[in-house]
Amino acid sequence: MATKWKIRLSGTGGQGVIKGAVILAEGALIDGSNATQSQVYGPESRGGSTRAEVNISDKAILFPKVENPNLLLCMSPQAYEKYSKDLVPGGILVLDGDVGAGQEIPGAKVYRCPITEIARENLGSDLSANVVALGVLNGIANMVSRDAMIESLERNFKAKIVPANIKAYDLGLEAAAKIEPYTV
Amino acid sequence: MAKVRLVQGNEACALGALKAGASFYAGYPITPSTEIAEHMAEMMPACGARFVQMEDEIASIGAVIGAAATGAKAFTATSGPGFSLMQELVGYAALTEVPCVIVDVQRMGPSTGLPTLSSQGDIQQARWGSHGDHSVIAIAPSSVMETYYQTIKAFNLAEKYRTPVVFLLDEEIGHLRERFEVDPDEAVEIIDRKQPTCAPEEYLPYENVEDGVPAMAKFGQGYRYHITGLTHNEKGFYSSALPVVDTFNRRLLGKIEDHVDEIFESEEFFTDDCDVLLIAYGSVARSAQEAMEELREQGLKVGLFRPITIWPIHEEKIKALCAGKKAVIVPEMNMAQYAREVRRIVPSETPVIPLSRVDSELIIPEEVAELVKEVLK
Amino acid sequence: MKPAYQKYFRDNLPHIWCAGCGNGIVMSAWARAVDELGLDKNNMIGVSGIGCSSRITGYLDLHTLHTAHGRALPFATGAKMARPDMDVFVFSGDGDCSAIGGNHFIHACRRNINMTLIVINNNIYGMTGGQFSPLTPFGKKATTAPYGSIDRSFNLCDLAIGAGASFVARGDIFHAKQLTDLIKAGYQHKGFSVIEVIAACPISYGRRNGIPNPADMMQYIKEHTVMKAAAEKMSAEELADKHIIGVLQEINEAPEYCESYAALCERVQGGTK
Repeated sequence: MATKWKIRLSGTGGQGVIKGAVILAEGALIDGSNATQSQVYGPESRGGSTRAEVNISDKAILFPKVENPNLLLCMSPQAYEKYSKDLVPGGILVLDGDVGAGQEIPGAKVYRCPITEIARENLGSDLSANVVALGVLNGIANMVSRDAMIESLERNFKAKIVPANIKAYDLGLEAAAKIEPYTV
Repeated sequence: MAKVRLVQGNEACALGALKAGASFYAGYPITPSTEIAEHMAEMMPACGARFVQMEDEIASIGAVIGAAATGAKAFTATSGPGFSLMQELVGYAALTEVPCVIVDVQRMGPSTGLPTLSSQGDIQQARWGSHGDHSVIAIAPSSVMETYYQTIKAFNLAEKYRTPVVFLLDEEIGHLRERFEVDPDEAVEIIDRKQPTCAPEEYLPYENVEDGVPAMAKFGQGYRYHITGLTHNEKGFYSSALPVVDTFNRRLLGKIEDHVDEIFESEEFFTDDCDVLLIAYGSVARSAQEAMEELREQGLKVGLFRPITIWPIHEEKIKALCAGKKAVIVPEMNMAQYAREVRRIVPSETPVIPLSRVDSELIIPEEVAELVKEVLK
Repeated sequence: MKPAYQKYFRDNLPHIWCAGCGNGIVMSAWARAVDELGLDKNNMIGVSGIGCSSRITGYLDLHTLHTAHGRALPFATGAKMARPDMDVFVFSGDGDCSAIGGNHFIHACRRNINMTLIVINNNIYGMTGGQFSPLTPFGKKATTAPYGSIDRSFNLCDLAIGAGASFVARGDIFHAKQLTDLIKAGYQHKGFSVIEVIAACPISYGRRNGIPNPADMMQYIKEHTVMKAAAEKMSAEELADKHIIGVLQEINEAPEYCESYAALCERVQGGTK
């Protein structure tokens, strides 16, 4: 495990990437790590591409933002176009469905997974795609324990929808185990 | 029991205000401060405190001062444009010596600027925004936890010195979410305004007392007195008598400036053992500290002075810290608003180098590190 | 023997107002009203803005706030919300209330906090020497309207009613007894009460508009005010240059803001506190 994760979650407005970042960061805190979460507000936060950032570290986190992520999630083609260049060389790139297909950043470790499709087929809605994505990210990078993530889900969702989100998270974890990463 | 939570800076400010005993909030929505109003609207009714959304920022600060005059601990939260609108009444609060807290979550200006993006452009406005000579206290925290504790301190200072206190968050800290580990029942020092002990007929609400801060009676306790924005005598009534005016204005400044040792708070890293001293506050101080740590690992002697209290400025301390340094670098998200103070204070043989960033992005550690290396070349 | 209501004054009279000014009449009408109501000085807050009329607070032996130009109502809003148990009286003038404070005025009308606003309308900015205000009638002269004002004026009471004020009354300095009664009625009304007082400024207004003599101004006001009951029988032409005096609006069902807030707190606290 890297001592410092610099994570950027990106997608389209409405995909819940900011909420996903909050849940991930809070999970990291519950796990005993340090975490910061930030996002760019403004016109960018509705429609168009949107991004949220999380730092996770054993040590105190000073600079709170993420300039160059070592883990980048892209859930839309626009977000991929906008943010993929920021990934550190050799960083982890997690792509939803066919996002960025054929244009993968050379050297990046690419994990391709049908995140939105998993949410839609198993949970009947795209709404949980962000939580499926968190399962995928932790399945790949093991940044936050499952127990901590579940507590974070409990803190950040109304009780009624917690079970569905735990299911979404676990679906993400399972899917991650099956991904064959590749590098171009 | 403290439970670790992920909390946003603006929320920590709201929590700190309640912990400090804030019983009144008036405000007008403005990005990036609005979460504070939203939290107060949610939390205040539960503890019987009063929340009101006013028709504009002038009305907000007016209502705050009106409530504070009666005895309430009152505050408002705004951002640059709203803070500009409030300035006349910030001066009113200073002159009438009504304690209150104004939270300014700084955003990119001037004018509407970039409402959602970050800046530290209100440093000088906080000091000189209102007309006439008066002093002010301003605080700029660098983390979510510090926001909580310094908000409490802001209320305490307002009460102790009978003055408006400007709480200068910047958008980065206001919107940042990070570790928050506070026991809500923790015992913290809470200061209330000094109450008169004399009989009501002998009460002088603007008495020239030795420490410069006269007692302030709450309303409804028999101490009926006049509060006016006109320059006034010790009784509180208009006066243009020369010695009265001069004594009054000097006390107004002195009660803050003469207590800088008590008011001023800062953090120092390797300030005694450095060739280059960084001076940074608010969110930028985090970048400066990260740069400093990286550079020290590389064997470069870099230190950091982080003022938490922005105003009053501790001139003696800054002069002493900067003495003999090869250079002093002041990174900030404005065009050298604090650097100009440092330049004014530090003898001319020491280079004071501003590192300004005004593209709405937080200064990154690498920028600071590069400049330090260049200076040390 | 001093009249009983003088106990509401500080011992710093004489006041600063010019001979013939109507402010003193309003101040004593207020003092008579609170004396007749038996209000406690220790439980009253007087708030004012800036201008001749706003100097009233300096003379009242209450908790007094002489605030900034136009801002009396926001200060009063904060004071009353912080201390709903105290009685709040706000004194303002036509410029203070309807120009620089116009936004606060309409929102105070809408919000309906239980306090009493007395607006002394002398049709002019007196303190600064006679500039036209939003209540200067069309065509009248002022230092900034030397050829006659081309600004249309507000009808302050209509404005208050339009903004939702739950109690609106108009009085004048000639009918001083009625004015006392209107202030009492305003105080007794639960909610925001607006009382406009047609007043005289012989120095800055009268002199430039053909009525320099205070007694003539008083006569002018007498002739240009009509009791509401009488006005109801008069034609629009007959009322064209008249001020209708009396209680013009009283809505007792409008929720009072401090009460609504207290009810909200109770609801949030689950009725336990």
